[in-house]
Amino acid sequence: MMAEEGKSRVALVTGGSRGIGRAVAELLAAQGHQVAINYVSNEEAANEAVASIEAAGGAAIAIKADVGDEDAVAAMMTQVQEQLGPVEILVNNAGITRDDLLMRMKPDAWDTVMQTNLKSVYLCSKAALRGMLRARWGRIINVSSIAGVAGNAGQANYAAAKAGVIGFTMSLAKEIGSRGITVNAVAPGFIETDMTAALGNDAAAAAADQITLGRLGRPEEVASAVGYLASAEASYITGQTIVVDGGLAI
Amino acid sequence: MDRATIESKLVDLLVDELGLERDDISMEARFEEDLDVDSLGVVELLMALEDNFDVKIPDEEAEKITTVGEAAELVSQKLNA
Repeated sequence: MMAEEGKSRVALVTGGSRGIGRAVAELLAAQGHQVAINYVSNEEAANEAVASIEAAGGAAIAIKADVGDEDAVAAMMTQVQEQLGPVEILVNNAGITRDDLLMRMKPDAWDTVMQTNLKSVYLCSKAALRGMLRARWGRIINVSSIAGVAGNAGQANYAAAKAGVIGFTMSLAKEIGSRGITVNAVAPGFIETDMTAALGNDAAAAAADQITLGRLGRPEEVASAVGYLASAEASYITGQTIVVDGGLAI
Repeated sequence: MDRATIESKLVDLLVDELGLERDDISMEARFEEDLDVDSLGVVELLMALEDNFDVKIPDEEAEKITTVGEAAELVSQKLNA
């Protein structure tokens, strides 16, 4: 069944308080959806995101949960369901970096990144699927990274997790495509966020030199791809990864 | 709830939720081989059973279900536990 044009749905954006996640949350709210903004540590930023959406006439709630933890994810889904209804649009965006050369990378840096960036995608998708299967409609959009497509020195853990997200996306798309649920990924390049700010100005300038469009991207420019995949217009697209990197990897 | 009522509700669910033909359904019928229900369809049926009979079916028990009668038996056990 086709989704009705412009229908208001319940969306959950993990890691939605800052950066790309926040831009996604704001766009989905602007499209008329009710948005649950998940965060794990920065309550102030999450509340600010909710306030900003409400000020713009949208509807949002903030939910604290570690998306790498099964019980926390279950509790989060229950909360969204009770406050807004079953999740219809899931944006698996939460992610962290623990960059290091592989020869110096501690097991903890590997495990933490895998848990937050990849296991979370499994946990949240599984938890949200029940409602989507029942509704015979759903959109899962996973935020991968250009590092998962092309690799990046110093990010073996992050790149492995983000490449894992792409494999997950294609597999789940095949599993549930017959039920009207699409699963896609977006792979951002260098985007102006707290995550890339941590790299420093020199690194940003060096990165910009490699980017075809000559500049870093803005979170809104990634959000628009996510918003498209969540929209009725993207109804025949599944299992795909849209690279939003200003031409970095061409 | 007696067994006949469970079986009757189960058949209704198979017709309504999975779109099966009522005449094809027997307690001996196997979901995948006889009723052409795919593995995801069985998962969906178990979800519907949980919702409609208000029982909780753990994954390890759900995985053993291959026939309509086994699904009815599982629901019966859960309701009378």
